[in-house]
Amino acid sequence: MIEFESVSKTYPDGTVAVEEFSLVVPSHRSVVLVGSSGSGKSTLLQMVNRMVEPTGGRVAIDGEDVAGRDAVGLRRSIGYVLQHGGLLPHRTVLDNIATVPVLNGTRRRRARTEAAGLLERVGLDPSLGRRYPSQLSGGQQQRVGVARALASDPNILLMDEPFGAVDPIVRRELQDELARLQADLGKTIIFVTHDVDEALRLGDEVVVLRRHGVIAQRGTPAEILASPADDFVRDFVGADREERRLTVRKVDGRDVAVDGTGRPVGVLHP
Amino acid sequence: MSLLMDAGAWLGDPANWSGDNGVPTRTVQHLAITGAAVGIAAAVALPAGVLIGHTRRGAGLVGALSGAARAIPTLGLLTLFGLAYGIGLKASLAALVVLAVPSILAGAYAGVQAVDAATVSAARAVGMRPRQVLFGVELPLAAPVVVGGVRAAVLQVVATATLAAYIADYGLGRYLFAGLKSRDYAQMLAGALLVAALALLLELAFAAAQRYAATRIADPARSDRNDTRTVQKGPTS
Repeated sequence: MIEFESVSKTYPDGTVAVEEFSLVVPSHRSVVLVGSSGSGKSTLLQMVNRMVEPTGGRVAIDGEDVAGRDAVGLRRSIGYVLQHGGLLPHRTVLDNIATVPVLNGTRRRRARTEAAGLLERVGLDPSLGRRYPSQLSGGQQQRVGVARALASDPNILLMDEPFGAVDPIVRRELQDELARLQADLGKTIIFVTHDVDEALRLGDEVVVLRRHGVIAQRGTPAEILASPADDFVRDFVGADREERRLTVRKVDGRDVAVDGTGRPVGVLHP
Repeated sequence: MSLLMDAGAWLGDPANWSGDNGVPTRTVQHLAITGAAVGIAAAVALPAGVLIGHTRRGAGLVGALSGAARAIPTLGLLTLFGLAYGIGLKASLAALVVLAVPSILAGAYAGVQAVDAATVSAARAVGMRPRQVLFGVELPLAAPVVVGGVRAAVLQVVATATLAAYIADYGLGRYLFAGLKSRDYAQMLAGALLVAALALLLELAFAAAQRYAATRIADPARSDRNDTRTVQKGPTS
């Protein structure tokens, strides 16, 4: 469980990133923070592993204030995935994945063997392990980033717009892969994105942020779609977009869902 | 042309290849003072440059310092140190150190500063200690530029170390000053050729070192024989 207790972040030059943000992320659930730039979503994420220190309030993991923990130890106990993978360009894929276990004292040989297993786990051929990150496609690099985050078997995964830099088709594949992994692993995930569709697809719970980390609405994806709290949320999630406005039409005795443009998108199964 | 042949004859004379004034001894001296000057300069400038590149503070200082230092005439500096320390190696060494510092400082600073901030931040975020980030990420990635700075310094110093003989009985420069005094131009030319050859050899060695740093340390993907970028296995995503 991760708790944000009225955390704030104001930079020395007076820039406000986050103001009085409170949220409880239950264990084994994935919570997506979604907002545009300036919403403070990445800042909030980075407060969990102390890459950013709050100027007010506190962040606690399982009741323990992270400020009281050794930053390095804390970071090694949390999986972190970021845009462009954040891989080390001068190390092989296997060594990248094995980074944290090796830092924690696992023998390199064993860490590499386990890393090869993780490659398969994220849907990559283990033969890619000897390559260097620049020899992989963007989507493959992101998968390696996820494998690295899983390597020390952390309870918590922090994902900072991890799929923001890949094309839509690959992004969809990566989202499906993450959903599949999460169904297996049941990690506590905080996922940050500016992509509403991604948020609705991946979150057990979605938190829509305004500027400075003010929560506009939180709820399950269905709740957010069913009843947007206000015009901001309605506009942000695109509740009025044609592809969100489904109607039902009878075709050959079946109920076919049709979107606002009249394009059929599926068949209802009662 | 006959001067060149005289220089050749001088170089071919076995008498010039033995004793305290022989080519081997003078070459070793020349290399020793070059190594000492670059070593001392590196001991000061490498940590300073890495620190400035790492913190990204004091970059203006590096620029001003290296610009100003490059403008200092080494012979003038040598005379100044000679007057301060007296005739001898110490003054030559001090002047050469001052000559070597700017290149090494600029290389170390530029190399570390150019490492992608996102990569460094990611290394911290997964739990690397500051020391591990420095030695495991920043320095390896900066290595080609850092080595490049040392390479430039070595080249400048090995050429300029000739001046050490101006105030000390040391190095290959001895042949030039001695030849000048006794109008033995063959000896002068031979000395000049030896310095040029030494500089060339060091340049080749450091070029290789820099290539090694670039293709084996900073970007091993470039020299990877398994590189089959066109034939991808597994999901293409």
